[in-house]
Amino acid sequence: MKYVLMFTHEPALLADVDPAKAEEVYGKIYAWYGEHQAEISDSGAELQPVETATTVKHGGVVVDGPFNEAKEVVGGFSVIDVPDMDAAIELAKSWPHLELPGVGVEIRPMVEDYSQFE
Amino acid sequence: MTPSDELLATTIREESGRLVAALYRRFGDFDVAEEAVQGAVVEALAAWRRNGTPDRPGAWLSTAAQRNAMDLLRSRGRRDRAADRLSKDAAREAGTTAASATDDRLALLFACCHPALAPEARLPLTLRAVIGLTTPQIASAFLVNEQTLAQRIVRAKRKIVSTGIDLRVPEHLEERLPDVLAVIYLMYNEAFVSSTGRTHDRDLGADAVWLAGVVATSLPEQAEAWGLAALLTIQHGRAAARFTSTGRLVLLRDQDRSRWDRGALDRGTHYLEHAASLRSPGSYQLQAAIAACHAEAESWKETDWLQIVTLYGFLIEQDPSPVVRLNAAIALAQLGPRQAIRALAEVEALGGRLDGYHLWHATRAELLRLNGRDDEAAAADQRALALTGNEAERRLIQTRLRRYPLSDGS
Repeated sequence: MKYVLMFTHEPALLADVDPAKAEEVYGKIYAWYGEHQAEISDSGAELQPVETATTVKHGGVVVDGPFNEAKEVVGGFSVIDVPDMDAAIELAKSWPHLELPGVGVEIRPMVEDYSQFE
Repeated sequence: MTPSDELLATTIREESGRLVAALYRRFGDFDVAEEAVQGAVVEALAAWRRNGTPDRPGAWLSTAAQRNAMDLLRSRGRRDRAADRLSKDAAREAGTTAASATDDRLALLFACCHPALAPEARLPLTLRAVIGLTTPQIASAFLVNEQTLAQRIVRAKRKIVSTGIDLRVPEHLEERLPDVLAVIYLMYNEAFVSSTGRTHDRDLGADAVWLAGVVATSLPEQAEAWGLAALLTIQHGRAAARFTSTGRLVLLRDQDRSRWDRGALDRGTHYLEHAASLRSPGSYQLQAAIAACHAEAESWKETDWLQIVTLYGFLIEQDPSPVVRLNAAIALAQLGPRQAIRALAEVEALGGRLDGYHLWHATRAELLRLNGRDDEAAAADQRALALTGNEAERRLIQTRLRRYPLSDGS
């Protein structure tokens, strides 16, 4: 099954992390992508900081900022293909960034079977 | 419960979990599998009461459930897709060794207690899918609104389907087993505390004891699974003495111990010995050990309180929840007058954040009375009475207040 992993964090909390520690975790993240190549598709992305976000709202209104004013922001996402939810949870748990406070991974199954909408 | 109802209940709980798992494996749709078996259970309840139990009740249920599954798939227009999936699954399963029926039921239990499901949905879903209770039965046993309950179950089933939660016993048992044991423990406690505790035809306490036994025998190396089976078996062995014939709650100290089920108490103690031999202590084993001390005692007075106090000490290290601390204080107070003063001080220290909790006031009342402060005890009982919503507990406190009225007569 295919899932999207959405990597979230709280910028305020990450700002306090020791730069050497942040660097170390970043290295682990790089290695993590190498290690899980088989399960991760190429269509993921790491996003520029939330300050760069622009949102277009209902009616075509363009506003500065993310879609949702929350402490947590989405920092990137990956599309994974694994046998089932337990495997997805297992992979999400191994995301090295989770070592840092305020970091989370949201798992969302992708719609693959469009016949349910017929 | 008439004998035929009991046979009905045990047949249904033996067969439903297995059937749900088997139909899920066959059709690849959890919702259809669960719905089909639920339908078969409802049909069985009506037909077997009317015409008597068939010779092979398991086969009867299985046939009805399969027919329901085909109907459901047809009405949802998904028969072809299911057939596709079926051939894919058959190919996949050919490569693996066939799981036994017990493994299937255990895998289903792990799916229903999955951490990705809302905690309040896990117990009702388990009751429906694993042991074959109907939604109205669950609603009446736990005094909850049937529609709310049905929605909760539907949402959880949808999540199992949409997120791809598979039926399997997880590799990292130590992470997931506590969730499963917690649901069974909650099931027993809900049955134990709720004023009905049983539907008109199912004894939920007995169902919980049975399910704990299924888990323990399927995972023989898991000490806490045996600990829970021991705890529930012993508790249930004392259940008959908990109420008078008129439905009044009887406290442990006043129970007629000749009404305890000695066979069950021995069985529970035996499970506990097996758990202890695995040398991996935990809170269910400690609670079972405390229950076993009570089971062995001739009376409240002749109970080995020193051992119980010691066990509570270990239990508080693992689970410092208010209920455990309050029970520990009561045990401590049985050791003597000095300890009774200390127990009261410990309970008072817990106050403040427990001010809205009826058992805190009831425990405090009991300890005040042990310390000869009857007026304050009666006032605390009044507070407990005002806070409890449970009818059996209300009547118990009222009786206590009549026996020890306030000196001004109120």
